[in-house]
Amino acid sequence: MNGFFEFFRVDYFDPLIKVASSYAADIDGLIWLVLVVVGFWFLVAEGVFLWFIMKFRARDGRRADYIDGTNKRHKRWITVPHLLVLGFDVLIIVVSFNVWYRIKMDLPENPDGGVIRVIGQQWAWTFQHPGADGELDTPDDIFTVDELHVENNRTYHFELQATDVLHSFSVPVWRIKQDAIPGRTITGWFQPTRTGEFDVQCAEICGFGHGVMIARVMVEDEETHAAWVEANTPATAAAMVGAVTPAPVAASLAAEAGPAPNGHGGH
Amino acid sequence: MVEPAVDLAHGHAHDDHADHGPQGWLKYLWSTDHKVIAMQYMFTGMFMALVGGFMAYVFRMQLAFPGIDVPGFGAVSPGEYNALVTNHGTIMIFWVAMPVLLAAFGNYLIPLMVGADDMVFPKINRLSFQVFFVSTIVILASLFVEGGGFAGAWTAYPPLSAVAEYNLTRLGSTLWVIGVGLEFVAFLLGGINFITTLMNSRAPGMRAFDVPLVVWMIVVASILFMLSVGPLLAGAIMLIFDQTIGTGFFNPAAGGDPILWQHLFWFFGHPEVYVVLLPAMGVVIEIIATFSRKKVFGYRIVIFTVVATGVLSFFVWAHHQFIAGIDPRMANIFTITTLLISVPIAELCFVYIATLYGGSIRLTTPMLWALAFVAEFLIGGVTGIFLGAAGADIYFHDTYFVLAHFHYTFFPIAIIGTFAAFTYWFPKMFGKMMDERLGKWHFWLTIIPFNVIFIPLFVLGMGGQHRRIYNYNLHEDLNSEMFQDMRILATGALLVMLAAQFIFFYNCWKSGRSGPKAPKNPWKANTLEWTTESPPPHGNWHPLRMPVVYRGPYEYSVPDREDDYWPQNEPDGGPLKVIDGDS
Repeated sequence: MNGFFEFFRVDYFDPLIKVASSYAADIDGLIWLVLVVVGFWFLVAEGVFLWFIMKFRARDGRRADYIDGTNKRHKRWITVPHLLVLGFDVLIIVVSFNVWYRIKMDLPENPDGGVIRVIGQQWAWTFQHPGADGELDTPDDIFTVDELHVENNRTYHFELQATDVLHSFSVPVWRIKQDAIPGRTITGWFQPTRTGEFDVQCAEICGFGHGVMIARVMVEDEETHAAWVEANTPATAAAMVGAVTPAPVAASLAAEAGPAPNGHGGH
Repeated sequence: MVEPAVDLAHGHAHDDHADHGPQGWLKYLWSTDHKVIAMQYMFTGMFMALVGGFMAYVFRMQLAFPGIDVPGFGAVSPGEYNALVTNHGTIMIFWVAMPVLLAAFGNYLIPLMVGADDMVFPKINRLSFQVFFVSTIVILASLFVEGGGFAGAWTAYPPLSAVAEYNLTRLGSTLWVIGVGLEFVAFLLGGINFITTLMNSRAPGMRAFDVPLVVWMIVVASILFMLSVGPLLAGAIMLIFDQTIGTGFFNPAAGGDPILWQHLFWFFGHPEVYVVLLPAMGVVIEIIATFSRKKVFGYRIVIFTVVATGVLSFFVWAHHQFIAGIDPRMANIFTITTLLISVPIAELCFVYIATLYGGSIRLTTPMLWALAFVAEFLIGGVTGIFLGAAGADIYFHDTYFVLAHFHYTFFPIAIIGTFAAFTYWFPKMFGKMMDERLGKWHFWLTIIPFNVIFIPLFVLGMGGQHRRIYNYNLHEDLNSEMFQDMRILATGALLVMLAAQFIFFYNCWKSGRSGPKAPKNPWKANTLEWTTESPPPHGNWHPLRMPVVYRGPYEYSVPDREDDYWPQNEPDGGPLKVIDGDS
C-alpha cells in the first residue's frame, strides 16, 4: 500500500509551485490521486454526454424511445456508476485522512528547530524566533516583522496568534495554511526542505490592507542561519529595533488608513 | 383572494373593475398576481446582475492592469477593491441567483404548473417582493455611505465585520447586514407560498408523483432555505448588536467567539448552495425532457435523490472551516459527509445524461443552455472533490482554485440556468417567440468566454494565488509573466462575455416587439402551463376551464400514439374539443 502512495509523492506541480516542505509532496500526492479519479469520471461523463447528443439528434422518421428508467436492466446504468463513485469516495477519504492526520493532528515531538511564534495583526506579520538558546520568551528572542527566518531541514512548531481580526498564515510552497484567531493560540508544525525566499500570504480577508499583508520566509542553510541569529540577537534594545523592518507598503498604507487598533483592548 | 378574469376573450377584463384599486403603474406595485410578482423579481434580479457584473468588470480590470484608471470607475483603492469583491459575491448570490431562480421562476411556474389560479397567499407574496425591494435599496445604498460599502467578504467573518475600528466601514457594514437580513425575511415569506401552494392548490387529479420536477425542486429548495436560515438570521441580529450597541457575541476581546458566526453562516451557507442549485437543475431537466422528447429517466429516483441531497446538505457545512481553527478531528467527519454528497449529485448528472439516451434531440437555444448547464456543472462538481478532501483543502482553501470551483457551480446555476429558463418560457411569459439566431450567438459568446475566464483561474489557484488581494504583483512569487498573462486573459474574456449580454437584451427587445406570436404550446410540451394562453391571463385559466390532470408530466414518445407528447390535462380518450378557437 505504501508503494501506491509513494507513486503519487512526486514533484509534478513543481513548475507551477515549488515543493519546499516535508509534507508538501503528501498534499500534492493527494491532489494527484483526486485528479486521476475525478478526471476519469469527468472524461467518461462528458464523453458519453456528447456522444448521446450527437447520436440521438432528431431525424425525420425516427421517434424517441420510451424508457422510464424503472426496470432493473435500465436502472443498472445508474446504480453501478453510483456504487463506483461511492467506492472511489472511500479511497479518497482514506488517503485524505492520512494526509490530514500527518499535517494537522500528529505534532512531531521535540522539534529540533524550536518553536516560533507567529502573530498576525492589521496588516503585518510579527515573528518571534527563539534565538540562540532555542527557547521562546527569553531575552535573546529575535522579533522580526514580515520576515521569517528558518533553517533548512529542521522541524519547527509554530504558535499562531492574532491581535485584532482573523488572519490566515499561508506559505504556498510549504502547503501550509492555518487561520489565526484573536484570543487563541493554535499550534502546528512545518519542516522546510528547500532553501530560498518564499511568499507568506494572508489568506483570510482582514480589512483595508489585506492585499499588502505580505511577508517573506527565508529558508537558510545551517551557516547562514547561524550567522543571521548571531547578527540579530538583541544584546541591547537598539539591536532589536534594528531587526524590525516593516514592509514599506504596509507601513504607508497603515498610515493612510489611520492607526490600526492593537491588542485586545476595549472594542 | 384573487378575482379571476371573467372572460378570456377580453384579456383585460380585470381592468374594468380595477377602478376601486390603485391605478396605472401603482397597479403593478400593488399587484398580487403571481406572474406580475415573478416579473418584478426577475427584472430586479436582472438589474442587480448588471450591478454585480459591473463590479466584476472593475476588479478584473484592476487585477489585469494594476493601478489602471478603470473606464467608468477610476482608480481602485485596496478598500474599494475589497468592497467590490464583497458586494459582487453578496449581490450575485442573494440578489441575482435567489430572486431570479427561486423567486421569479418559482412564482411564475408553481401556480401554472400545478394548475392553480394564483398562490395560496397572494398578499404575503406581494409583501415578500416589497420587503425584497426594500432590501435591494438598502444594499445599494450601503455602497454609497460614508466610508464606502462593506468590505469584509460576503462571508462577513467577525471580528472584522463586527468592529468598525477594524473594517473602517461603520455604516456600510451595518447596512450590509440589514440588507441581507431583510432579503432573508423576503424569501421566508415567499417560501411559505411555494410550499403551501404545492400542497393545497394542485389541479384535480394531480398526485404527488404527477408534479413536474422543477416544482418539486423549487419546493425542496424553499424547505431547505426555511430550515437553514433561522440560525443565520439570529446570527445577523447578533452581528448588528455587536456593530451598533457594543455587545460582544463574536468579539473575543469582549468574551465572544468569532468561530460561532462561521458555524451559523455556513450552516445556512452550504444548504444555500443547494437552494439555488435545485431550481436550476429542475429547469434543466424540464428542458432536456421536452427537447429530447423523452420521459425523464427514473422520475422517482430524482425526487428521492433530491430529498437525500437536501438532508445531507445540512451536515457538510464545516468543510468551509477545515483550517479555521476547529478541532482537527471534526475535519474528518465533514470530509466523509462532503464526499458522500457527491453520490446523489453524481446520480442526478447520470440521470440527466441517461434521459438523453434514445431521445430525439433538437438543439434549440433553451436546449443548448440546458445541456451546457450539465457539461459545465460537471466541472464544478468534480473540482469540489479536491476541496472536500480536508488534506488537499489545506492547500486549496481560499485560493483561486476555490474561486474557480464555485464559479463553475454558481455560473451554471445563476446564469446558464436562468438563460435556459428564460429562453424556454419566454414565449409563455411574453407571448412572442425569441429569435433563435441571436439566441445562439448569445449562447456561444457567453459559454466560450466563461470557460476562458475561469480555467486560467484554476491554474492560478494551483500556483498558490489567494483570493481577495487587490494587486498580486506585490507578491514576488505571484509576480510572474505567465501568471499576469493568465489574469489578462481572464479579464479579456470577461469583457467579451459582458459585451455579449447586449445581444441578449437586444434579442429580448426585438423579439418582444416584433417576434412571431407564440402559440399556446410552441415546444409541444406536456406540463400545464402550456395549456393556457401565451401570456396567461389574470387567473391563468378561464375559471370554468381549470385544468384537470390525468398523468405525469413526462409522457413523451409514448408508443402507439400519433403525437410524441401527451399533455397532462388530456383525457385518455384523446384531446377535448377546444372551444375558444386558439390553436
